[in-house]
Order: sequence, then C-alpha cells, then structure tokens
Amino acid sequence: MNDDPALRRLIDRVLTARDTRTPVCLRGHGSKDFYGEAPRGEPLDMTPLAGIAHYEPTELVVTVRAGTPLAELEAVLAAQGQCLAFEPPRFAGAGTVGGMVAAGLAGPSRAAAGSVRDFVLGAALLDGNGELLRFGGEVMKNVAGYDISRVLAGSLGILGPIVEVSLKVLPLPPARTTLRFEWREPRALQQLQQWAGQPLPLRASAWWNDVLVVQLAGAEAAVRAAVHSLGGERIEPAAAEQFWGDLRDQRDEFFSAAGDAVHNGASLWRLSVASASPPLATTGAQLIEWGGALRWIVNQADATTMRALAASRGGHATEFRGAKRDGVFTPLPAALARIHRELKARFDPDGLFNPGRLIPDL
Amino acid sequence: MTLSISEPATATPDERGRRQADVVAALRAVLPAHALLWHREDTVPYECDGLTAYRQQPLVVALPESEAQVAAVLKACHALQVPVVARGAGTGLSGGALPHALGVTLSLAKFNRIVRVDALARTAVVQCGVRNAAISEAAAPHGLYYAPDPSSQIACTIGGNVAENSGGVHCLKYGLTLHNVLKVRGYTVDGEPIEFGADALDAPGLDLLSLVVGSEGMLAVTTEVTVKLCPRPRLARCLMASFDDIAKAGDAVAAIIAAGLIPAGLEMMDKPMTAAVEAFVHAGYDLDAAAILLCESDGTPEEVDEEIARMQAVLAHCGATRLEVSRDEAQRLKFWSGRKNAFPASGRISPDYMCMDSTIPRKRLAEMLQAIAQMEKKHRLRCVNVFHAGDGNLHPLILFDANDADELHRAEAFGAEILELSVALGGTVTGEHGVGVEKLNSMCVQFSEQERALMFGVKAAFDPAGTLNPGKVIPTLHRCAEYGRMHVKKGLLPFPELERF
Repeated sequence: MNDDPALRRLIDRVLTARDTRTPVCLRGHGSKDFYGEAPRGEPLDMTPLAGIAHYEPTELVVTVRAGTPLAELEAVLAAQGQCLAFEPPRFAGAGTVGGMVAAGLAGPSRAAAGSVRDFVLGAALLDGNGELLRFGGEVMKNVAGYDISRVLAGSLGILGPIVEVSLKVLPLPPARTTLRFEWREPRALQQLQQWAGQPLPLRASAWWNDVLVVQLAGAEAAVRAAVHSLGGERIEPAAAEQFWGDLRDQRDEFFSAAGDAVHNGASLWRLSVASASPPLATTGAQLIEWGGALRWIVNQADATTMRALAASRGGHATEFRGAKRDGVFTPLPAALARIHRELKARFDPDGLFNPGRLIPDL
Repeated sequence: MTLSISEPATATPDERGRRQADVVAALRAVLPAHALLWHREDTVPYECDGLTAYRQQPLVVALPESEAQVAAVLKACHALQVPVVARGAGTGLSGGALPHALGVTLSLAKFNRIVRVDALARTAVVQCGVRNAAISEAAAPHGLYYAPDPSSQIACTIGGNVAENSGGVHCLKYGLTLHNVLKVRGYTVDGEPIEFGADALDAPGLDLLSLVVGSEGMLAVTTEVTVKLCPRPRLARCLMASFDDIAKAGDAVAAIIAAGLIPAGLEMMDKPMTAAVEAFVHAGYDLDAAAILLCESDGTPEEVDEEIARMQAVLAHCGATRLEVSRDEAQRLKFWSGRKNAFPASGRISPDYMCMDSTIPRKRLAEMLQAIAQMEKKHRLRCVNVFHAGDGNLHPLILFDANDADELHRAEAFGAEILELSVALGGTVTGEHGVGVEKLNSMCVQFSEQERALMFGVKAAFDPAGTLNPGKVIPTLHRCAEYGRMHVKKGLLPFPELERF
C-alpha cells in the first residue's frame, strides 16, 4: 500500500485542502448524495483508491480499500460462499465500500445479523494533517486502545477519509426460505416479537400493506423445522430473492412509491425505535423492518412531530428523503453535542472533511 | 512484589495527608460515613484487581449507593481535580482498576440491582454492579440469556465488562460485549448524566457507544446498562478431537471455517496444558495428543445434528486421531471443564503464571507456537497454551516463581516478546483482557505516535482534565521513548519522503 499512487494523491489533496483552507466533500459513487445534510465542499473522488488488499476466507476477514465498488467486493465474497451479513443497501446498484462504512446503513438482516459497525474490525484513515492512522486490525478480538475504527461506521466522513477497512465476513447461509402472512399491523408486530424470543433462524422481516414477509436462513434442518412450526405461505425462491434484493436496495414497491411521494412534497422518515414498540400513531404509508425496530413512514408531518413520536418509543427519527427543512437527524443532547464537537476538533482541527454532513455546525 | 505504575503521582507524606484530608472533607458532605474509607486497613482490599503483581494504595475509597451520590462524588472530585478510578468486582486481568496513589477509587459494588427484564423486547436493564452470570440467571425463566461469557462470569460485573469489552468462549458466533449492549447510562467526569446508544438499534450522531465500550473507565462512569438477551439454544453438543501435530489442528480450524461452519465455541489446548488440566479435573482428555480441539454446535436439535455431522467429517478429514461427541449435557460440561479450568490448573503446576492475551490471524498459530517453544529455551521458563481458536485469541500462560526476581524479569521479557511477535504477525497485544497498566509498553509497538496522540485526543474530548482513570491504556510519548521498541507498521507505512509542515 505504501507505494500506492492513489493514496499519495489523496494525501496531497488533504494537505492542499488544509493549506488552502478549502473543505472537501469525500465522495465515492455519490449513490448516497441524498443522505444526511447537504454535501458541502470541493468533491474529493475516493474511487481511485480501489482494490481488495487481503482476503482470507478461512480467517473470515477481508481488507479492502475505500473506493472499491461494493458490488465488486460482494462478488468476490460470493465466489467463496461468503457475504457481508449486514446486507448494506446499493442505491441504484452503486456504492463503494468507504461510502458503505461512512453511511453505516444496513439492510433487512440487520436485527438478526448486526450493523455495519458490528462487522468493522479495523480501519485506516487520514486525519486533518494527512497522517495515515490505523486502528483495530484484521482479528476478531481486539481491545488494544479505544475502538476508533468502529466509530467511523455512520460518521458520514466527518472524522476523515477512510482509506481502508477490514471487515468480518460470514458464510452464506446454506438454506433460505421466505414465508408470507396476511396480517394487520398489531398482529404482525406481536408475532414478530414472540418469534424473536425463540431460537428460530429468523433473518429478516418486512410488513407493509397488511402483509408480513419473513426470511428464515441457516442450517437446512433448522429452516425446515421452522417452516413447519411457523406456517404461512411459502414464496417461490426466485421471487423471494428478488423481493429481498429490491427491499435491501430500496427499489421495491414501497420505496418506489415513497420516491414519487417525496417528489410531490412528502418526506420519507426513518424511525429507529425500541423493537417491542406497538403500532405508532401516525399517518401515511408505512413499512416495518427489523422485527419492529425500523419503521419507514411517508407523510407530510413536520420534524418535531416525527421526532417526538420516535422519542416516545426510545428512538430517533431521520428525514431520509425530503425537503429537510428542519435538519435531517435528531439533534443531540447538550452533553453529547459537546463531545461530538471536541472529537471533530481532534480528528479534523481545520474542519476540512464533509462539513455539516452529520451535524449542521460540525 | 510491587511494580511501579506508569506515571506514579509523587507526593511527600505530608502533601498526601493534606490532599487526603481535603478529599475526605469534600466527600463527607455528599456520602454517609460508612460509604467512605481512607484508613489503610480499610483500603487494602482495593489495592489491586485481578492483576495482583501491581498494587497501589488509593487515597480514598468511595462506595456510593445512589446515582445522585455518584454524580456528587464526581462533581466534588472534579472541583478538586482529583483522579477517579471506577471499580466493579476487581476481576480484571490487566490492572485497569489499579488505584491512583492520589486518587479516589469509586467502588460501584452497591449498584447490584436488576432493574428489569423485558422478555418481549429481549432486553435487560441492569445496574453496573450486577454480575455477568446473574443476568442470564434472571433471564432464564423467559428462555433467554446474556451471551458474552468471560471466564470470570460468576464474579465479574457488567460495568466491568463494558469497560473491557469482554469476550468469552462464544464470541465468534455471538459477539463481544459491544455487540450485546444497546445502551450505557452513566456520568461524565464532571458528574453530568449521559447516555450512549439507545433502546433502538441505533442512535443519532457518532456511534460513541463503540468508543465507551472497551475504554477501560477512562471516558465516563457507567452506572446502568441495557443489554440484549438471546433465546437460549434448545441444545448444545461438543466435539472433542485429538491431533498428533499442532499444525494439523490449526489447519482443521481453518477447514471448519472454510466449510462454512461457525461453531458456537472452538477452543484448542496444547499438550502441556492438557496434561495440567487433566491432573486437575480428570475429564479423560487424550494425554497423547499434541493438541486437543473442542468444537461446539448449538441451536435446534435438527440444526445441531446437521452441524455436528459436518464438523465431524471435516475434523476426520483433517487427520483427527480421536473424535468424541458429547452424549449429553453432563458429558458436554465435562469436555469443557478442563478448558474452563485452564488458569487454576496452571496455578497448581507453578507458583505463579503470567497470562498473555494476544490475538493473531488463525493461520499463524503453528508459527506462533513454534516461536513460543524457542522463547521457552531462551528465557528458561515453561509456557502452556490455550487458544480461543475460533477468533484467534491466544492465552500463553508463562510459568514462573515471583519470589525469584530474575524469573519475574525473564517472564516479563518473555511476555513482551510474545506480544511483539503477535503485532508483527498482524495481530494485537490484547484480545479481551485490556491494556490497563500491564500492556502499556506493548501499545508503543502496536501504535504510532500519531495514533496514540489521537487516542489521547479522544480521551480529552470526553475528559478534558484527564482525571478519569489516568495513566492507563495509552502510553505517553516519554514512556514509549524509554521503552525503546519500534512501532511495527503493519505494512501501512506513511511516506517518509513526503513533506509535512
């Protein structure tokens, strides 16, 4: 990596940005330009910094440079029967590994498998002086010093450019089956919570329009036994793969309709709430994922209303898509906001990286 | 034997006495008399944690009983700029709870209440002083349990687990403490209440929970933790496999993973370790084997049958000389009894032992064990090995006699050499026991000056005055210069030819 001209150019760009006091907007494919507060600063293209640095299937670890296309990484893993278990979304089929980590978004399997952060084992990043810093590593267990690599997941680039990341990978489940139930929201939520407390190979769930769809994944025998005990209607495998893929990449019917509604002035809200929360008192179309812990809502309500609704259920609301008149993310309590300011100042004293993308004044 | 800590706070007896009087006066105003200890005979039990080679008498021990008292103690200490060292059960193995000579040890032992178990949400809200095993006991009636199981789980507290990001033998499948904690409530160094994480699966802003978990009490004081509970698997069965060559056992571990299997537990013991534990627990281990692998499957009975059959096939193919599957729970526990008693068994064959905790890529295991065999000759000390093979976490136990100053010195040099080799092999100096004071020097090898500076920056962002558990985890520049070992750059050299201004 030390002779990588792409890294050398990236460091030069950071030093130039520092010396000219010109903030930069770190960018891979730009497939998540819509997410978070509006991008500001000179675009800094991360895609030249590409390639898989090490991949050891039997170590369950892959180390990959930030600009590598997510699709490329997933194809390499799939060839070895492995995957990114957190199923990150690929908006319009695009996205880079760096963008995936910086956005910290996970897909349908998140409640069962874990988040992006849970699979980060290590990372290299640049600080505001162009210093290459490495934290964590390529091993499963590592408690040497503060876990700075994991904080990069969901940081939206405000701490600095991610150069390289080491991720834990897992074998693809040997068997998968999708079941469908025609249930209204209260019944669907109640059932999901009950199932989650049992040792079932439940991997993903989605409720929309009075239909609950669940994916079982694991050992053949476990999936077969669970199908038997859960009941419901089995969805044909090809159709099921299509459904979960579309849901993961947010191009299924619900998200397509949400896109149209946003075009006409509505907002797509992402409410992350305590998983055992009952149906939320709100208007608009709703998709429920993660066993009840993630609720996508399309409506015209204001940010204050949606944030209060999420807070009443132990969570927070994000204006995922929309006009974003009142900030995208739920504002932080004072004590946390102070720590965020201090951290930003330590990683990026000159405020060069992705200004305002995660928190308006940072 | 007492070793000096990293940056000993020096004070004359008079200065110490005055400071103690000031702190006692300030804390008396916020704590009942019985919750404050400062006479030498009362503070002796707090002089060390599980790393008994390092001892330090605290200035004062505070034992608050309510969160309001914790906040008041922190505010009072902050006003006086007195260091505060939070402490749970004191079972830590790296000296993370070693007292500060001029500081307050904040014992949170009285925070031992399980606030609630929510079966539907599969969470438990517990105070920081609740024991790890007590959480699973409280969750058991609901068919749930708390997955991380450090070997000290009968005694260690969840607050300590959060501080250390504790692991256990089931990490590969179920994760570390960080993966099983939703929310941490506590106080900042100046006594302000703060929450990291949420009841939901994520929280707005940066993921500070991943910084706080594993921060060894240096960023905030934890008083309450919301943990995730998992459904208890219906069945667990364990395979015990013998190998006549340690490299073959290492290859078998890789082959299991390559077959797409994620065992619930995957542990290895070398021959000397097996001999030591067999003499202790009489579990019927194969004393002729160069290495023994324990490989566990859990889940539904159907799932376990399928996995065990696949594991058996892989292990047989890899040349296992003996293979046994546990028939029932009693036999499964017997298989594990030796592994779980590796540390006390080592205590029986040697006056003292030093437990290393590095993690290496699994494929480097044979290389590491060969190197350790060479080091045994070089340092003229014996070493027995247990290995969390599933996640590459190695526990070499260096046997020595602490009453012999030269043996202690050699044991320390032996340990440092293992840690340096671990970093060179692409691993880390601590997999689950933490840095504390024990591995401060080795941190100089694993991290560059700039990386350590950023860690100090993170510390300062949470604790500007630097009074929460100071002197732990991150070595100073001065200390690293004195240690004199080079930082191993892990193939990611910055460019020395580039100009920096």
